[in-house]
Amino acid sequence: MTRARPSLGAPPALLVAPAALASVFLVLPLVALVIDTPWSQLWGLLGTERVRQALWLSAITSLATVAICLVFGTPLAWLLARVEFPGRGVLRALVVVPLVLPPVVAGVALVSALGRNGLVGGALDDLFGYRLPYTTTAVVIAHAFVAMPFFVLAVEGALRSTGADFDAVAATLGATRWTTFRRVTLPLILPGLMAGSALAWARSLGEFGATITFAGNYPGTTQTMPSLIYTELQGDVEVARTISMILLVVSIGVLAALRDRWLRVP
Amino acid sequence: MAAGPVTGPPVPGLRVDVDVPGRLRAAFEVPRGSVVAVLGPNGAGKSTLLHAVAGLLGDIGAVAVDGETWSAAGSTSRLVRERRIGMAFQGQSLFPHLSAEANVAFGPRSRGVDASAARAVAADWLTRFGVADLAARRPGQLSGGQAQRVSLARALATDPQLLLLDEPFSGLDIGVATSLRLELGEHLAAFAGTTLLVTHDALDAFTLADTVLVIDDGEVAQLGAPADVAARPLTEHVARLVGLNVLREGAQLTSFRPDAVTVSLARPEGSARLQWSGRVLSTAPHGDALRARVETSTGADLLADVTPAAAVELGLAAGREVWLSVKATSVQQYSAAPTPSATPSGTP
Repeated sequence: MTRARPSLGAPPALLVAPAALASVFLVLPLVALVIDTPWSQLWGLLGTERVRQALWLSAITSLATVAICLVFGTPLAWLLARVEFPGRGVLRALVVVPLVLPPVVAGVALVSALGRNGLVGGALDDLFGYRLPYTTTAVVIAHAFVAMPFFVLAVEGALRSTGADFDAVAATLGATRWTTFRRVTLPLILPGLMAGSALAWARSLGEFGATITFAGNYPGTTQTMPSLIYTELQGDVEVARTISMILLVVSIGVLAALRDRWLRVP
Repeated sequence: MAAGPVTGPPVPGLRVDVDVPGRLRAAFEVPRGSVVAVLGPNGAGKSTLLHAVAGLLGDIGAVAVDGETWSAAGSTSRLVRERRIGMAFQGQSLFPHLSAEANVAFGPRSRGVDASAARAVAADWLTRFGVADLAARRPGQLSGGQAQRVSLARALATDPQLLLLDEPFSGLDIGVATSLRLELGEHLAAFAGTTLLVTHDALDAFTLADTVLVIDDGEVAQLGAPADVAARPLTEHVARLVGLNVLREGAQLTSFRPDAVTVSLARPEGSARLQWSGRVLSTAPHGDALRARVETSTGADLLADVTPAAAVELGLAAGREVWLSVKATSVQQYSAAPTPSATPSGTP
């Protein structure tokens, strides 16, 4: 959409120059990756067992992460946005801490809580003989831990900006809060849910630090694409580049597919 | 008001005694079936009253409807969803993701009516408001008048005990508002419950309501039959709405019509109490006459109607110094009732 601009003069060089540098800085590494990728190897690599395993694992763990965010993160976001309770401010602050936590620290925290000798993990082991670390479930837990704050923040924002007044309208019509949530709130925040899911999915797809710390790097069970890239980087840089390219194409492809329908910038 | 069918006093329709700190203190009572026009300046607390009665402001005092206590000071009140109200909010409050029919069916559905029966109720109410052909449309595809009809249908579809309408005609074209006012009048006449209708239009008060509740500065200023309130307004705001001049001296009020005012350039003969010097603030055509707004030396704003010929003769324009006078036989004098919480039926 074009609009007539008022004649305010040319943008000042003091802003244009840093903006140009920032653009180059953000685009250059991606261009370099595209140029350096040995495209001829791409199909061959896609056929190898370890790449297919890692791709598959990344796909299912990231989707499972989104599912966990939807089922548990949505109610949490609703509670934070629509219910006043003591300690709400503190809870909101704590919930977003993983957002700024270095992923490795997140992994260490997860080990402390759910590791074999951890706060909860120890009890699980004693009572049921169940050990969480180094399983695919552990990968999903690590992903959910780092991705959920992104999801909750996005959905809480949507809940705050849309439809709070409709809670009162629905109540005057005799609706319980559950009915209101199901029939009014949820449909109205659908775009927010989609945006939150995309954020959580992207975060999960790229997650490395917390995963490798808490779940390890075992091909077939816990080795996701980023872990495989890390492993390959120790040996064959060409292969690492190629797999990186695959991951890049997949993420951009999915984001582009979602963008038109769900991720409109307001 | 007729006596109750069997024993005791008649069941009151709506009894309110609420205190919303800093916004509204109101205590009044009206019989069941009343249509109460709530008048008052912007920010006086009209919408606050509706929200308080609906239970949307929490525990703020006592509300009883048809003899049932909805809330009482010092005890937990009924939840909003447990109060049988039909509320039409100011502005658009239709659920944007639901069709007109689903909006109207939402209330019955929420109160346990099954889906097909709720749809039938919704279709019926949309038909009564003449918008049955728009049932499948979303609110975004409706005009202001159509959306307001759907909104009123939704409020009535739950068979409420109490109907709360917050400026249902605001933002509509005059023609649309007029026809909707007529339609709403029919529905209100058929409605057995009690209605509170917030409005800033005197016309609503006199065409739709049988009782007028005037709220001024967060307090009930007057409660009475429309004709009484129009004849003897207690607030400047209502006096202006009905086109009267009102002067207050302590508890004594004097009202007179603008066309009873004589405008002259020299000080007139007669009672000094009914003459004022002042300066013309503005003039505007009013029917066949020219209506001048005059700020008197005592600080009051008075309206005076003069014929166009007289206006030319007097050189009436903003800034002109004039004298106003009115005959003693043209004024009505009355005292401000000390308690506005009497039942309004009949004359005091």
